[in-house]
Amino acid sequence: MKLAIRLNKKVNRSWQVDALLFLALAGFGSFMAIPLIYVINNAFKPLDELFIFPPTLFVRNATLENFANLFQVMKNSWVPFSRYIFNTVFITAAGTAGHILLASAAAYPLAKHKFRGSKVLFTVVVLSLMFSPHVTAIPNYMIMSALGWMDTYQAVIVPAFAYPLGLYLMKQFMEQIPDALLEAAKIDGASEYRIFWQVVMPLVKPAWLTLLILMMQMLWGTDGGSFIYSEQLKTLHYAMGQIIQGGIARAGVGAAVAVIMMTVPIVTFILSQSNVIQTMASSGMKD
Amino acid sequence: MRNYWALFGKDVRRDKHLYILLAPYMVLFLLFTVLPVVISIIFSFTHFNMLEMPRWIGWENYSKLLWNDDVFLIGVKNTLIFSVVTGPVSYIACFLFAWLINELNPKLRAFMTLIFFAPSISGNVFFIWQIIFSSDSYGIINGLLMQLGVIYEPIQWLQDPKYMLGIIMLVQLWLSLGTSFLAFIAGLQTVDKTLYEAGAVDGVKNRWQELWFITLPSMRPQLMFGAVIQITASLAVADVAMALAGFPSVQYGAHTIVTHLVDYGTIRFEMGYASAIATVLFVMMLGSNLIVQKLLKRVGE
Repeated sequence: MKLAIRLNKKVNRSWQVDALLFLALAGFGSFMAIPLIYVINNAFKPLDELFIFPPTLFVRNATLENFANLFQVMKNSWVPFSRYIFNTVFITAAGTAGHILLASAAAYPLAKHKFRGSKVLFTVVVLSLMFSPHVTAIPNYMIMSALGWMDTYQAVIVPAFAYPLGLYLMKQFMEQIPDALLEAAKIDGASEYRIFWQVVMPLVKPAWLTLLILMMQMLWGTDGGSFIYSEQLKTLHYAMGQIIQGGIARAGVGAAVAVIMMTVPIVTFILSQSNVIQTMASSGMKD
Repeated sequence: MRNYWALFGKDVRRDKHLYILLAPYMVLFLLFTVLPVVISIIFSFTHFNMLEMPRWIGWENYSKLLWNDDVFLIGVKNTLIFSVVTGPVSYIACFLFAWLINELNPKLRAFMTLIFFAPSISGNVFFIWQIIFSSDSYGIINGLLMQLGVIYEPIQWLQDPKYMLGIIMLVQLWLSLGTSFLAFIAGLQTVDKTLYEAGAVDGVKNRWQELWFITLPSMRPQLMFGAVIQITASLAVADVAMALAGFPSVQYGAHTIVTHLVDYGTIRFEMGYASAIATVLFVMMLGSNLIVQKLLKRVGE
């Protein structure tokens, strides 16, 4: 028995099953990766190579022509292109930060305390996840115009603060924190706010980094919906869409746009992911 | 009664810090999520074309929808086929891959997580499948099959109702390792390592027992979260169907409940009818969620 404990989990493994599972992982992994490899390669293909038979996965004579064309179009747009970039970065950063803060603050009492209305509130949040956003677009539009928020940044940013997804995710994670930890903090004289900020938030770092990745990806891809119509406030996603449609509808430029748009979420993901793994090694989540 | 209110006031005062933490989120949530949902449920009982004032018509939208709308029934059929296949498959895949990846060493783990998660994070990249399944010989699949001599004429993959639904399922599965997958990965990281040692002492023999008796029960909150997300996503499929098979698709081969809703909501502007469709969809999601939550409570017993 002592031996089993020392060898830890590895004692329960057989190498045959390990190999089989690894093969499955590799197989499905390539299914996931091939279309992305194809997009990236397409972005570097010269025009004649995009339309050859038989089609190829990998680029032969890599060229930056597609990107050069893209930048050429950007230069000619009548709103400076940096403005689109600023709009998207601003909306993404403000929306993500606000959402993580408000959703976590609201999740903590729901996960760790019983009080009047807590059950009802949480049920409503979960239910609201199941309502199709395609229909609430019209009522939302009415509410926005009643508030006088049409065509402003806050029309996109402020509703993002209160998406149901984040609260639900944070609550599920906070439930796993041992009560003893919170009671200890309380006995030491910490207020609820302090417990939330200095005890709970560091413990659920994987949860809010997950949320950071999800929100940032969602807002990065927003086109401003039906709320933003002046060109100065449009987002990068919208501008890129215009470039693909606007006359120069070429597969190459389209692929270049796709590669640029997907780079930022993927880089954010890589950065936060390494962080999750590092901090989780010694978190003391369980008692 | 006065006693009740006195008690109520006392409770609220005692928990006032909790309410203060909740308030900012809840105010915005009520304004931008609950209120619109309530408004659209009310709309579902009206005739509302966005030009005239809504006119109350009771259950008329619902009776028309359920008894007199053949296209809706096609949509329901496709949605059900779709969600019964992709829902469970992608839910299990999310967990299975998260679990397998979690056993790898940190470097390989980070790399594999990226590979599996990248499709769902990279925005609208799924348009690439349109090129892969393109109808002419430049499409990757057609080109490949013709080169191998399996077929001589390119197949109209995305125009033929025979293949459409299958291809959309494939693409949806490709995209589906998203939110829940990430939540599972993070959840696995928070499972207490000492539980496995305790399990070994208590006679857990292999990795499958370890999975059933230790890992799954420890992750119940994340499993619940994942189930809600997956059910919602698989019953609300539309974007991929519209992007790949066109809208409306040939013979409504890829028509779903949400594409029907988009048709009435954003093209015909019959908001009352569209709201009724959304409400029916909502009830379906609710039903499936209740069933799945019941099943999940039994995990690890």
